Amino acid sequence: MSTIGPIETTAQRPGPPLWLLAELTYRCPLHCVFCYNPVDFANQTDELSTDDWLRVLREGRELGAVQCGLSGGEPLLRDDLEVIVAEARRLGYYTNLLTSGVGLTAERARALKAAGLDHVQLSFQDSTREMNDFLSHTKTFELKNRVAQIIKDQGWPMVMNVVLHRLNIDHIDRIIGMAAEFGAEYLELANTQYYSWAFQNRDALLPTRAQLQHAEAVADSWRAKLGERMRIFFVAPDYHEGKAKKCVNGWGSMFLTVAPDGTALPCHTAKMLPGLSFPNVRDHSVREIWFDSEGFNRYRGTGWMKEPCSSCEHREEDLGGCRCQAYLLAHDPTVADPVCVKSPHHGLVVEAVERAEAGVAVATEHPLVFRDPKNSRKLSAQSS
Amino acid sequence: MSDLPTSIRPRIGPGFRLQWEPAQDCHVLLYPEGMVKLNGSAGQIMTRCDGERSIDAIVAELEAAFNASGLAPEVLSFVEIAGRQRWLVWE
Repeated sequence: MSTIGPIETTAQRPGPPLWLLAELTYRCPLHCVFCYNPVDFANQTDELSTDDWLRVLREGRELGAVQCGLSGGEPLLRDDLEVIVAEARRLGYYTNLLTSGVGLTAERARALKAAGLDHVQLSFQDSTREMNDFLSHTKTFELKNRVAQIIKDQGWPMVMNVVLHRLNIDHIDRIIGMAAEFGAEYLELANTQYYSWAFQNRDALLPTRAQLQHAEAVADSWRAKLGERMRIFFVAPDYHEGKAKKCVNGWGSMFLTVAPDGTALPCHTAKMLPGLSFPNVRDHSVREIWFDSEGFNRYRGTGWMKEPCSSCEHREEDLGGCRCQAYLLAHDPTVADPVCVKSPHHGLVVEAVERAEAGVAVATEHPLVFRDPKNSRKLSAQSS
Repeated sequence: MSDLPTSIRPRIGPGFRLQWEPAQDCHVLLYPEGMVKLNGSAGQIMTRCDGERSIDAIVAELEAAFNASGLAPEVLSFVEIAGRQRWLVWE
């Protein structure tokens, strides 16, 4: 199947890819149980060269991309990060480094600042192995505190990102307190989205409704207390809401992810979808990829929809939700996102939430699967 | 009517960047992982917010450039809103 070719479509020509997410590497010193990198990342060791990345940046910018996310894995593991940042900044991107902070020394920070880096998003990557550390203020706290200070010293705005789940959500008061102490301007409290590694660990990570309500209430009270000093975003989990989200603001409408090996994707998990091939930036220009590839056109707009989506009054608002979730839960990427109450597969989501309510997930029965190369190879072998 | 004194000299807030985007045919304000598209008048005001010009000076310039008068209330109310969003800061 060819990935590039003229596509018959009556839809409007899409706008530019405003967001270019460059996943520079899948290498990572951490082993987070909720990671959205592909489960088979250990088999994907191929990485684009510096020159490839610089070309992708130029081509994306020519199309009108303005935000550039530098992510991974841990992007600091690329020793050409400064070169990539410098070119992105020179081209006029707003450059965002998404990092765990591991490897962000004062020296590296100075070099990145000199290269023009605009912003650092620091994640609390606590993966329960580190949970005790994290909550007891020892190693992780010290690392984050040190890195937060390094970020502040460079005058960068700081976004702290914490992925919430059953095992850490009850500590939200302490988590927000720490972000405030570190002087973050923004705090993203993002409930886990259940793809990839998080899907493997879903039973252990899904919170109860009571946990969520408590967390939202605590976030609200901190909002009232801190006002403009630190903005707190609480990203609600779609499993509990009964409402599908407009995934990546609409397939191929704004986001362009480039995976470490150069595969271009409408979202960072789309590669899992069967029956769809995605083009590689080594073979095609970003313009061809964005406008003409089958991978980007397949689920654009509403033309691909089936019932109940195609006649639904909300179809433009949620665009049928997430294709990866439809595939993961209903084994069919063309059906409604099962988190929607109107989906014929919604029972699968209700069942998972009810299991979470009942506390059925017992860690000894289903041990957490840490994101590491050994587990990755094991899971890849099982699925093939 | 805004209470802001017209002598303040607003500038773009830290972490924000203003630039012209040909692909969108407008000025945009970029910030961590986000973007605000500015309409024509907001773009004209913000490009003049360099920390050097006072609001009085910005109003005078805009009135001259667009052959208009009485723009002060509009400029002041925009600056006030932009200040609340931290797009603009001043001493």
